[in-house]
Amino acid sequence: MSKGALLERIDVALANERLRRAVRKATDNFKNGKTRAMQEYEDWEGMRERARAIRAHTIQHLDYYLAQLAAKVRQNGGHVHFASSAEQAVEIVRNIARHYGVKSVAKSKSMISEEIHLNQALEADGIQVYETDLGEYIIQLAGETPSHIVGPALHKTREEIAELFSKLEGKPLSTDTPTLTAVARRQLRQIFLTADMGITGCNFAVAETGSVTLVTNEGNGRMVTSLPRIQVTLMGMERIVPRLEDLDLLLTMLTRSATGQKSTSYVTVVSGPRKPGEKDGPEAFHLVIVDNQRSTLLGGEFEEALNCIRCGACLNVCPVYRQIGGHAYGWVYSGPIGAVLTPLYKGIEEWGEVALASSLCGACYETCPVKIPLHDMLIGIRRKSASAKQTHPVERLIFRGFGWMMERPGLYRMAQRAGRWLAKPLVRNGRFRHAPPPLSYWTKTRELPAPAAKSFGEIWQSGFAEEKEPLLAVAVERRQSKGTRSTGERGA
Amino acid sequence: MKVSLFVTCLVDTFYPQVGVSAVRLLRRLGVEVDFPAGQTCCGQPAYNSGYADDARRAAVQLIRAFSDSEWIVSPSGSCAAMIRHYYPELFKGHPLEEQARRLAEKTYELSQFIVDVLGIEDLGGRFDGIATYHTSCHMTRGLGVREAPFKLLSNLRGLELVDLPFAEECCGFGGTFAVKMAGLSTAMADTKLDNVAKTGARYLVGADMACLMHLGGRLEKRGMQVKVMHLAELLEVATRPQSKHGEADLEEASAS
Repeated sequence: MSKGALLERIDVALANERLRRAVRKATDNFKNGKTRAMQEYEDWEGMRERARAIRAHTIQHLDYYLAQLAAKVRQNGGHVHFASSAEQAVEIVRNIARHYGVKSVAKSKSMISEEIHLNQALEADGIQVYETDLGEYIIQLAGETPSHIVGPALHKTREEIAELFSKLEGKPLSTDTPTLTAVARRQLRQIFLTADMGITGCNFAVAETGSVTLVTNEGNGRMVTSLPRIQVTLMGMERIVPRLEDLDLLLTMLTRSATGQKSTSYVTVVSGPRKPGEKDGPEAFHLVIVDNQRSTLLGGEFEEALNCIRCGACLNVCPVYRQIGGHAYGWVYSGPIGAVLTPLYKGIEEWGEVALASSLCGACYETCPVKIPLHDMLIGIRRKSASAKQTHPVERLIFRGFGWMMERPGLYRMAQRAGRWLAKPLVRNGRFRHAPPPLSYWTKTRELPAPAAKSFGEIWQSGFAEEKEPLLAVAVERRQSKGTRSTGERGA
Repeated sequence: MKVSLFVTCLVDTFYPQVGVSAVRLLRRLGVEVDFPAGQTCCGQPAYNSGYADDARRAAVQLIRAFSDSEWIVSPSGSCAAMIRHYYPELFKGHPLEEQARRLAEKTYELSQFIVDVLGIEDLGGRFDGIATYHTSCHMTRGLGVREAPFKLLSNLRGLELVDLPFAEECCGFGGTFAVKMAGLSTAMADTKLDNVAKTGARYLVGADMACLMHLGGRLEKRGMQVKVMHLAELLEVATRPQSKHGEADLEEASAS
């Protein structure tokens, strides 16, 4: 993946009608679900604010809560590992697998394992890795990466899934849900029963109890944390809440914002390995806490991006995501949150351009259950790109000239007249017929009007300033009734 | 009462009739309008592209131009949002911080000014036709003005206002986004226009000429028979003395 590839990826997505239909349909479902769920609360705004406050407090005291979490996990009999980079995190998991002689792994959904490319590394060690979240299972079969934080395979149509499963079963299958889920169930059951190690992600770790919380709809999280003899949980260092009771609000915000569900079908809270006398649970529990650039956001203008609870709501409302899906963003996190995190985690030089994949409409901020100002952060990333001189030199020159001209009204008026004159040979019937780049990017798909024969400023000066209009009846009434409160207008 | 018109660089250069309509409308409401000659651009193109310093230079000029104005009214939700929402931020720690904040407080989008400041929701006008309204993102989410245009439009006699499906979804203009990500921007316009077509509306009305330039340019290319109108234009026609209330007036307006 290289700089400049964003436009190519977007073009590929735009050309794929099937993908676009699937993405739009799935995000509509998620989005409508959230709208319904929100309406059940009178004070959703207040809940957003409280959720934001919990997240902000946690991130501001992250060192404290991480230390508390680590101490609690160890007290519960688990092991805690800190990984500063993706490479370190992968090494830690490989070593754990080697130590316990692991041959096969059952995984529940984990975005961070995608972020650090864990599967490939384990497979290279000769370990079989099976995704057990249905969406992840589908894209693993397809050899793809997740295209949505919550619905990793939402870009796939039912027909495509039936095709994949037919290949797996060696016979043609119908596209109905019971048939397809029955296949997945049979295949996955075997995996749960034979895997030596379970690997999970982490929706929230609870500092005061040393627990890990997983939300799933298929129960695979519960299988992965109870059947294999070893459990490894991967978490980004920011996935933490101080107290068990904080889950009440945050899980509510997470599931309602993600899919509109009151709660997911399963909420699994795991607090360490099997204790003496207990009949089930893993023999050993390892928590791997991954930094991988997250700490660079602490204390800076993008710190609030760490407040994200990975509900995916910003993807579902994003008019850009809804056109192109997740893969065009180029990395594991997509949509508005991905367009912010990718340049911050992977480097502004190569990835700054991802922040351009936004019209800055603000729908992301409006829907975010923890009120991350994503639209402003996207401008912030662009600012970073511009000041690091990662933008095109011509663009920098244009905006330099823009600022210089706009602070000189005389020059602005002159440029307006010059532009009108220069446009003349390019214009026919009031529309641009030819246009040089970058205007041609506009005119290729959209008509562009010629500059008006007279600007508003010129119209104003040529007599319009003095024109009068007859008063409307409503204005006459207003004048008559106003007399007594003529000074009170500003407060209106 | 006297207001200063911030016409915006786009309307000034490409759509002066929108400025003319806004002024006529305000005058009919008994508001005296002036047009400070020093105004240029709010700086939004530079700001949104990451060039805050260049944006600030444009903003400084706007602050200067409107320093004596009591009220500033603009026929653009987006430019008004830029001033109201981002100027205080842009000038944090700058010698003009206080003036930027004051400018922000006294700047209004046209329909917001009519409804919230003048307290008028029914202009007593008439416009015969079927219209749908495009809610622009910066006006609704940035400026927080959602109701004002609907109040003014729905009180017009003769006008059938049809709800636009997925009204809250961005049209894909997005400033330089429209050029830098032209394919994506056009795809978003098409989604919007497909929804416009579903309404059966003859007029597509909005309060941001930038969105309308983008949507209008696309629908012309697609050969759609929908007329794009700025809210100010429609309200001006609807409140015109001896108006024929509709198409005939528009023809007249464009001929003049």
